[in-house]
This record gives sequence, C-alpha cells and structure tokens, in this order.
Amino acid sequence: MTQAVLDVRDVQKSFGAVTAAKDINVSVPEGAVYSLIGTNGAGKTTFVNMVTGYIKPDSGVINFAGRNITGMGPRQITRLGIHRSFQIAQLCNELTVEENMVVAATIHKSARPSFWRNAHGAEARERALATLERFRIAEHRNRLIPELSGGVKKLLDIAMAIAGQTKVMLLDEPTSGVAADEKFPIMDLVIEALRAEGVTVIFVEHDMDIVTRYSDRVLAFYDGRIIADDAPEEVLSDPDVQRYVTGGAA
Amino acid sequence: MRTNLMLSAVGAFVLLAAGAVLLPDWAMFLCAMALAKGLVSLGIVGMMRGGLVSFGQGLYYCLGAYTATLVAGQLGVSDIFLLTLLSAGVCLVVGALFGPLLAGYRGIFFAMLSLALSMVLYGTLAKLTVLGGTDGLNIGAPTFFGWDPEGRALQTALYLYVAVLVVVAGTLMRIYFDSEQGLITLATRDNELRVEYLGASVRTVMSYNYVFGAVLGGIGGTIAALALGHVDPEFAFWTTSGEFVFVAILAGYLSVPAVFVAAIILEMVRSFSNLYFPNTWQLALGIFLLIVIVVLPNGLGSLVRRRKGDAT
Repeated sequence: MTQAVLDVRDVQKSFGAVTAAKDINVSVPEGAVYSLIGTNGAGKTTFVNMVTGYIKPDSGVINFAGRNITGMGPRQITRLGIHRSFQIAQLCNELTVEENMVVAATIHKSARPSFWRNAHGAEARERALATLERFRIAEHRNRLIPELSGGVKKLLDIAMAIAGQTKVMLLDEPTSGVAADEKFPIMDLVIEALRAEGVTVIFVEHDMDIVTRYSDRVLAFYDGRIIADDAPEEVLSDPDVQRYVTGGAA
Repeated sequence: MRTNLMLSAVGAFVLLAAGAVLLPDWAMFLCAMALAKGLVSLGIVGMMRGGLVSFGQGLYYCLGAYTATLVAGQLGVSDIFLLTLLSAGVCLVVGALFGPLLAGYRGIFFAMLSLALSMVLYGTLAKLTVLGGTDGLNIGAPTFFGWDPEGRALQTALYLYVAVLVVVAGTLMRIYFDSEQGLITLATRDNELRVEYLGASVRTVMSYNYVFGAVLGGIGGTIAALALGHVDPEFAFWTTSGEFVFVAILAGYLSVPAVFVAAIILEMVRSFSNLYFPNTWQLALGIFLLIVIVVLPNGLGSLVRRRKGDAT
C-alpha cells in the first residue's frame, strides 16, 4: 500500500459562529490525484488554506510525510514541498512573465537569494524559459501580466508554484476564469506535468467533467464536513452528494 | 552587463568631478549637500521598490551627523573616511535593531512608525543640553588621510569625496536592484502573498532594505554635517525626512541616477525660489512636485528607464 504523504486528522476550524471545518479526516497517498468538490462555503478552500498554513486549525493534526505541520506558516510549509496555486492567479503584475518565473525559480532554488548575482543573467533566464516551455507559455515571456488571458495566467501561477521541489500541489479552482475551450487543454498540461514528476495533486473544482476525468479520488464537502470520500463514480452517484453538492448533475 | 554599469559609473564620476573645476563655490556646496541628501533618498528608493516609504530617514541622517560630530569632538578623530565608516557602522547597528521590527508593518503604519522614531530622536536631542540642545554642536573641518586642506581646496576635496561615495553607493545599489534579491523586492511590492507562498520571507526582504537605507542615511548625514560644520536636532525633524521622501518621489524607483538629479533639482528650485519668492518658496516647490507627479507618475527615472512592456 502506498504511504500517505498527507494525513489530516480530526481537524476543526470555526470563524465565530460559523463552522468551516468539522472532523476532517483525510489521508492522501503519494502520487495520487484528489479533487475537492462542494458548494461555495462548504469548506474546500478552508481545507486548502489550513494545509498550506494560511489559517491555523482550532484543533486536530496535519501531518506531511510523517512530520507534524499543524500551525506552521505558509513559508515553512512551502519550503517543505507543499505548494499551491490560487483561485485568482497570484502574479506580479508589474513584472513580465519571464521575470515572474525567475522570481519563483530563484526563491525555490535558494533560501538566501544573492545580493550580487544578476537576476536577469543567462542561467536564470534559461531555467525560467525551460519551465515556461514545459507549460507552453514561453511565447508570452516578454509580456506583462495584465496583457495575458485567464488561461495563461492560471498556467503561469501553477508553473511558478511547481518551480521548486514540489511534493504536494494544491490547486484552488485551476479552471475558474478560464474560457470553456481552454479548460481541458490546461488540465491535460498541468496534470501531465505533475504526474510526470510524481507530485501528489489535490484540486478544488466545480466542473464535474474535469473531476471525473482527472481524479483518482473525490472528497465531497458539505457544511464544513466531508460527506463522501471515494472514487469519482461512487462519489458522484452518492445520493447525499447529488442532493447537497451536484444537484443531481452527475 | 556589469561592464556597461562600470563604464556608466566611471562616466558619472567624470561628470561629477568636472563640477569641481567648473562650478563656483556656492554651487559646489549646494551640489555636495544635494548629493549627500540624495544618498539618504536612495535608501528610501530601495524601500519604495518593496512597496514601503519611510517618513523617518531623518533618524539616520541625524544619527550619522551626530556620531561624526561626537567622535570628532570627543575623540579628536578628524579623518573623513574614519568618520564616515563609524557613522555608517552606528546606523547599521541601529537599523538592524529597528529594521526587523518595522518590517512587520505596511503602508501608513510603517511610514508613521518610522516617523515616530525620528521624532523621538529629535525630542531627545532637543532636550539634551549636553549635546547642545536645540542649538546643536559644531564640527571642525575634516582631514583626508592626514591632508588638512583649507578654503577652496577643502570644498573641492569634500565635493569629490561625496562624488566618489555617490558613484560607489549608486553602483552597489544598482547591482542590488538588478540582483536576485532586488527582483524579489520588486515582486514583494507587487504581490506579498505570492512571494510568501513561493517560500521567501517578505519581512526579511524589507529588513534588508531598511538596513541599507539606514546606512545610506548615516553616510548622507555625516557628509552634510561636515559640509555645514554644524549639526542640530532639525536633522531628525519631520520636515527634513519629508524632503528625502520628496526627492524619492520626484526620482521614482526605476533609476539610481535620477535620485541624485532629483536631489540637485530640489536644491536648485528651493535655493532660487527662496531667493526670488522668499515668503512663498514652499508654494513653488509644491507646484513643481505636483507637475512632476501628474506628468511623470513613476518619477524622473521613467524618462530614461522604463519597465519592459511600457514602451510597447
């Protein structure tokens, strides 16, 4: 049996009177692709935020590769190999695509970036270009972020996140804000790249076609709880999931 | 790329050094003061690249000036190189103490806290009669490795010394701005969340910029004190800090030479406004800044150095 790379035990989180996560128990094996589904406010992003250190759980334990990471900050967690992309792509708008990638590659490469080495040197640019080519966005390298389409922004956001030694990648709605005809090509590219490197993937998604096509397993959230945790076909045919999550759209 | 930078540095020094021959005494003094203040503003520009503006650089300007004055007065040290090193060292230590503390704040909170620190120093110095109170202290003319010039020779030596400092500091800051750490600073200005989620510490980035600003502030203060021959608590007053911010805004964060050009322009505008409209020179200065902000929102530096994509 494959060892769990991410193990979440009895995690709870409340914001005042609102319970955003209740008795969350998840065990994600290495190399698997998990998707998180649920209506808005169901607790999916809270789960992603707790795993990546953006918010601390009120109780419970989060283990990554056997190490307790509960309460660690985003920076420490990222350094361990858990990376994330965002629902709204988080990019540096005043920098070009290539410069964004150089920033990511530089930070991932070293905990202490140089005060002397030129960031625009040939080595840094080659490294950035290689990743951009892998995600087929190299042609945009000299453009500023506001000039890019939603799909290219998403790809760059993900490319920046995995520029380092990624072990677990959390994608928060990777196809939101992306044109319908770009969704599958983008997911093909991303999942292929992540699988090739043996990265464990957890993605939040509302499009059930994408969930079915790319997930090994699905976690359905409702009211801060996980109401189903199984293979995509099983989860999407679950009466509770159809009632509370998909509205019978499976 | 570095070769071009070194050639530019040599060119800048030759241009500045020509001033030692061509400029009359009053203009050379004015330029020396402007360049010294430009060094302080260069430190603010370093912080601006990370999205922060310090309204309290008067703290380090004053600290550097008082350190040089006290060392010269109490220990009898007159060598300009030693005085500069000691002042920079004191500001480095103080900056390293306050930097990590202030780097946890953003926007107006950072600006106001930095201002508060400089005003604490101002208040303290104004009350300390042992340090001259509001009258301040005098400092004698500096020596240069044992050479003790007087008159025009002293002014020329001091001006050339400032020119060397400006070229060295400007070159080092350009190297820093273009470095990996410099690019991360620019990214921080844009999106702190992204930078933290890539694994870099925004607080550390800002702390470095603050410490560099402190050292440059101390050096600028030392030069100003030596050029004036006097130091008083006004060096830490908020209007002095405001001048440095004024120059930084006028220059923008894109170009290093623009900082010194802006500093010289400010000194010129102020001197001539003061001469021709003695009661309303602040108004003239305000109108000038307003025009620059409207016409060049990224400062004078954007005239010669644009971000990629801007030109398209």
